[in-house]
Amino acid sequence: MKDFWKRFRYNRGAVIGLVILALVILTAILAPVVFPQSPWKMVQRPFLPPFTQDGLPLGTDALGRDVLSGLAHGAYVSLLVGLVSTIVALAIGVPVGAMAGYFAGRTDDALMRFTEFFQTIPSFALAIVLLAIFQPSLTFVIIAIAIVSWPPVARLVRGEVLSLRTREFVEAATLSGLGNTQIILRHILPNALPPIIVLASLMVAQAILLESSLSFLGLGDPNIMSWGYMIGAARTVIRTAWWLSFLPGMAILLTVLALNLIGEGLNDALNPRLTRKSE
Amino acid sequence: MFKPIRHAAVALALVLAGPLAAQDATPQDGGTLNVVIQPEPPSLMLGIVQNGPTQMVAGDIYESLMWYDFDLEPHPLLAESWEISEDGKTYTFHLREGVTFHDGTPFTSADVKFSMDVFLRKMHSRMGQYMQHVESMETPDDHTVVFHLKQPFGPFLGIFEAGTAPMIPKHLYEGTDFANNPANNTPIGTGPFKFDEWVKGSYIHFVKNEDYYLDGLPHVDEIYYHVIPDAASRAVAYETGKVDVLPGGSIENFDVPRVRDMENTCITDKGWEYFAPLSWMWVNLDHKPLDDVKVRKAMMHALDRQFARDALWNGLGKIATGPVASTTKFHAADTPDISYDPEKAKQLLAESSYDGETIQILGLPYGETWQRWAEAVKQNFEEIGINSEIVPSDVAGWNQKVSDRDFDVAFTYLYQYGDPALGVSRTYMGDNADPGSPWNNVANYQNPETDKLFDEAAVMADHEERRAAYKEIQDMIVADVPNLWLLELGFPTIYRCNVKNPVNTAFGVNDGFRKVWIEKK
Repeated sequence: MKDFWKRFRYNRGAVIGLVILALVILTAILAPVVFPQSPWKMVQRPFLPPFTQDGLPLGTDALGRDVLSGLAHGAYVSLLVGLVSTIVALAIGVPVGAMAGYFAGRTDDALMRFTEFFQTIPSFALAIVLLAIFQPSLTFVIIAIAIVSWPPVARLVRGEVLSLRTREFVEAATLSGLGNTQIILRHILPNALPPIIVLASLMVAQAILLESSLSFLGLGDPNIMSWGYMIGAARTVIRTAWWLSFLPGMAILLTVLALNLIGEGLNDALNPRLTRKSE
Repeated sequence: MFKPIRHAAVALALVLAGPLAAQDATPQDGGTLNVVIQPEPPSLMLGIVQNGPTQMVAGDIYESLMWYDFDLEPHPLLAESWEISEDGKTYTFHLREGVTFHDGTPFTSADVKFSMDVFLRKMHSRMGQYMQHVESMETPDDHTVVFHLKQPFGPFLGIFEAGTAPMIPKHLYEGTDFANNPANNTPIGTGPFKFDEWVKGSYIHFVKNEDYYLDGLPHVDEIYYHVIPDAASRAVAYETGKVDVLPGGSIENFDVPRVRDMENTCITDKGWEYFAPLSWMWVNLDHKPLDDVKVRKAMMHALDRQFARDALWNGLGKIATGPVASTTKFHAADTPDISYDPEKAKQLLAESSYDGETIQILGLPYGETWQRWAEAVKQNFEEIGINSEIVPSDVAGWNQKVSDRDFDVAFTYLYQYGDPALGVSRTYMGDNADPGSPWNNVANYQNPETDKLFDEAAVMADHEERRAAYKEIQDMIVADVPNLWLLELGFPTIYRCNVKNPVNTAFGVNDGFRKVWIEKK
């Protein structure tokens, strides 16, 4: 663990990413405390520019809602969507990939063709279709994002498992009479974990972007204040109140950047040999 | 300011334009008028198609017997004068002489009879309903038309405008298959402009009717209606000078302040007095706790409509006071109070049967303004302690949900058509509440008393009696709050200030640009 931290710290970008992400997480946690009022509440006259009114440092939007409060509550929504949809995607992708890789043969063929079926449809288009069919509520947004983002997980896990299943320790486990499930869970997956963790960190970033894009298009949950919604609602007034799109845009940019930097740091830390090669 | 009136044309223009024209100097002839049309009309045959863009464009070609000022009072157009019998059942119109269609054929009483009794009765569903009040028509001579009504019909004098009762040339349509008559592609009427060319997807071109029966009119030589499908591009087309007139609703609300503040730009919200679009939220009276009048009253007092008007509608339009728009004739002034009063709302809510239920708000899927409005309403509700959530939908979904009565409250707006018997009763009549239509009595408001009054008021001959009946109706309906009335919407017409008189009747730009002139600089 100490080694891991050392290697992670070696990548300065990753540390910066971690700091930014920590700030975003803190904001998300503290949002209900610092801004106990709903971010939808209309508190002042509309289109108040930033830094012109005490108590409303970032001004107000088209309906006179506090932009800072919106950003803080939006942080919570973005992180929630990013995390939960990634967990759901992993919950689908890991078992599919593991089974395909471990059992190989016809199982592999069937599962991979199924995965490819999802991969052939552009993920954003599929998400839009799914939300058009379901009611756009937060739950369905998360489900839709999970459904479009599990196939890369399945393919990655399959590759890892394929290479691990022929190793000696797996053969040893088989010889010692362990069942397939035990072998996969106890011996193969823990060894396939590092690339999955790296991928997961990038998937969180991807999910935040997807949620923002969907909300931007008005396909998000209309009752939830998210960064994408804020940009979508502000795009029509971009010529007169550019900061209303700019601020949540920066929030998305920084969060996604932070997650990508962390992903890179994790990659360095978990695959020490790769790092050295690239030096 | 005024020179002595010498020209018959000037005199006529003054009579026609009423007080509005009095501001201007002598009209100048010539020039090209460039107008935006959105969306592209499916056809210009106004007797068959009556959607918004068709009415707007074809209003230059087709005319009816009268025109209406901003107070909806009728004035002579194709009819020079008219009489109504004592019992309110016989209407006699004396037609103007010397009027010809664009192809040179004289316009006579036979065309009126054919248009009203044959063509429109069959092809125009709204007009068809009005014509059910007409027992028979007579044409004693070429310039006299007599309508015999089955019973008095209050709104009758209000239906003779081009979008409702366009005069159709009998010699081109009699005995043909109206819907497939090739003449539909080259519309011919009596109006100030003649059809010249229609390049689909690009523009519609009209030229001046040199033989127009009003001397000296029209002033401009030609009109181009430009088809520009994207709202942002329409705003840009105005900014770059490609078009000079933006009819109401052709650019997004949020673009209005920017365009309005441009140089040489005028804006008017007049010209919608007849349609008088009134917005409200349907309340599903079959759902608990919305059947409790106290809950509805609390919701009504919770709505900050002044804010919505200022923040979302650029300060245009009026706060509605009830089911009848204030620009129409039978609006009653002192109906029960429904103004913004959160304290009163909280108090009413506390006395009511409301128990924390979540009210589903169905927004109108017509763009940003309506979406923001739903969000504002949700906040208004929450401030007095009503839980609510916004249900998203697209246009098809909205139609479906409202038709199926699958909502708690739902945004909408409807036209008033100048008379409560035409535009208001349909929303509140008990027998007009069957599910399946998003435009009838969607709230399922059942009140035998108002039903009876609505029925009686429609067939009263005396204006003051009707007014009294509608006052009583409005008092009762406002006290019941079956819908949450929002705003009398303002759809501003934006135009260059050197384009004079683009809007001078209760139908605004729909009514033909016969009096428009362009000041040369």
